[in-house]
Amino acid sequence: MRMLRKIWPVGLLSLAVLAGCRQDMHNQPRFKPLAESDFYSDLRSSRTPVEGTVARGQLREDTYFYTGKVGNNPGEVMPFPVTAEVLARGRQRYNIYCAPCHSRVGDGNGFIPSRGFPRTPPSFHIERLRKAPIGYFFDVMTNGFGIMQDYSAQVPPRDRWDIAAYIRALQLSQSAAASDIPAGQKVPSVAPVFEEPGSGATLPVVQIATPEHGEPKAAGPKEEKP
Amino acid sequence: MQIFHRSTNTLSRATIFGAAFLVAVLLWGILELQRSPYITYAGVARPQPAPFSHQHHVAGLGIDCRYCHTSVENSSFAGIPPTKTCMNCHSQIWTNAPMLEPVRESFRSGKSLVWNRVNDLPDFVYFNHSIHINKGVGCNTCHGPVDRMPLMYNHASLQMEWCLDCHRHPEKNLRPRDQVFNMRYEQPSSDTPVEVDGKTYTDQLALGQDLVKKYKLRTVTDITSCSTCHR
Repeated sequence: MRMLRKIWPVGLLSLAVLAGCRQDMHNQPRFKPLAESDFYSDLRSSRTPVEGTVARGQLREDTYFYTGKVGNNPGEVMPFPVTAEVLARGRQRYNIYCAPCHSRVGDGNGFIPSRGFPRTPPSFHIERLRKAPIGYFFDVMTNGFGIMQDYSAQVPPRDRWDIAAYIRALQLSQSAAASDIPAGQKVPSVAPVFEEPGSGATLPVVQIATPEHGEPKAAGPKEEKP
Repeated sequence: MQIFHRSTNTLSRATIFGAAFLVAVLLWGILELQRSPYITYAGVARPQPAPFSHQHHVAGLGIDCRYCHTSVENSSFAGIPPTKTCMNCHSQIWTNAPMLEPVRESFRSGKSLVWNRVNDLPDFVYFNHSIHINKGVGCNTCHGPVDRMPLMYNHASLQMEWCLDCHRHPEKNLRPRDQVFNMRYEQPSSDTPVEVDGKTYTDQLALGQDLVKKYKLRTVTDITSCSTCHR
């Protein structure tokens, strides 16, 4: 027992010493991205550029590329050639940022509005939007429209154009006639059911009942408690 | 004449071995403690200004990681969404929920929400999200089943031995790039084959070794050298 009594203080002391030398190196007094700072009055370490300054590579000379407008009217053309890569990227970005509300086929029946939005977004396949110039979609993504907030912070301009191109592709695909399909190509008559997401988050589970209080109970994959 | 009783022979032996044993146990205890959630906080949910549930937003609603963590693919930092991202939806749904009052207050006043950082590496470690994403390390490889976390906690210990486990054997964890954000991805097995470039894999090692080549990973010597992470 005497042994124990001798070792315990040593053990405790070494623990205390170890704990003591830990934090200085772990938490260095420098700015980490988006971390709090007590130096500035708004407590933000991330600063906005000084007014009137332009960071290298951010001079927005190409007005059409950044606004989608010619004068005050939405433009009709893509600012760069549309390739298969552009559409693939547009599809990927569309499924991340737009599909939650607009749905993967663009009919406006996305999952989020069904949870209690006052109204659902319009389908991309209505006459007005099918006739809308491509710059219009870019402008809506950049500045928002109605209850849709702008996505200029979440989606960079190049991706917004890719998405606009993909929306056009969706519009064409949803109003295509059998004669538009190249000879020899087979197209399924029913839209594929997304059971397994190729990428992106887990697909929402299907709701079966809505209790009176709180959120609807979900059915589907078992939810494990961590 | 014997001064000591015969039993002291046993006693002395017991004390010597006992002391060695005690020291060993103490050392082991310290090492275990150092790896335990008591130190690493692994699995311990942190209090947040609003009880944001990744489970609800990811598994329940199907929102992609990148909807909020916009810079994860091309920056060292995954990005904490600005309050406006919350308000994209919450200006329309749950607009009166008391739980969301801190969010609305932040949006009204323009003051940032102060989230408590969960996955916090020591500052002497250089870490870059984008390189991991682009080399085929899935989000949940490090962050765990985020789609089943009602409150955020760190899944891994975030200790150096844990980093090195993967840096020494990257092929054990790589997956195709288009599956990086898939929270339900499963490593290839005979039940869940994975197809890449027309080739079907049923074995993680085979897939991993091919992906190491395909994504041009640096050699293990390179990615385990000190200055890769401590620069």
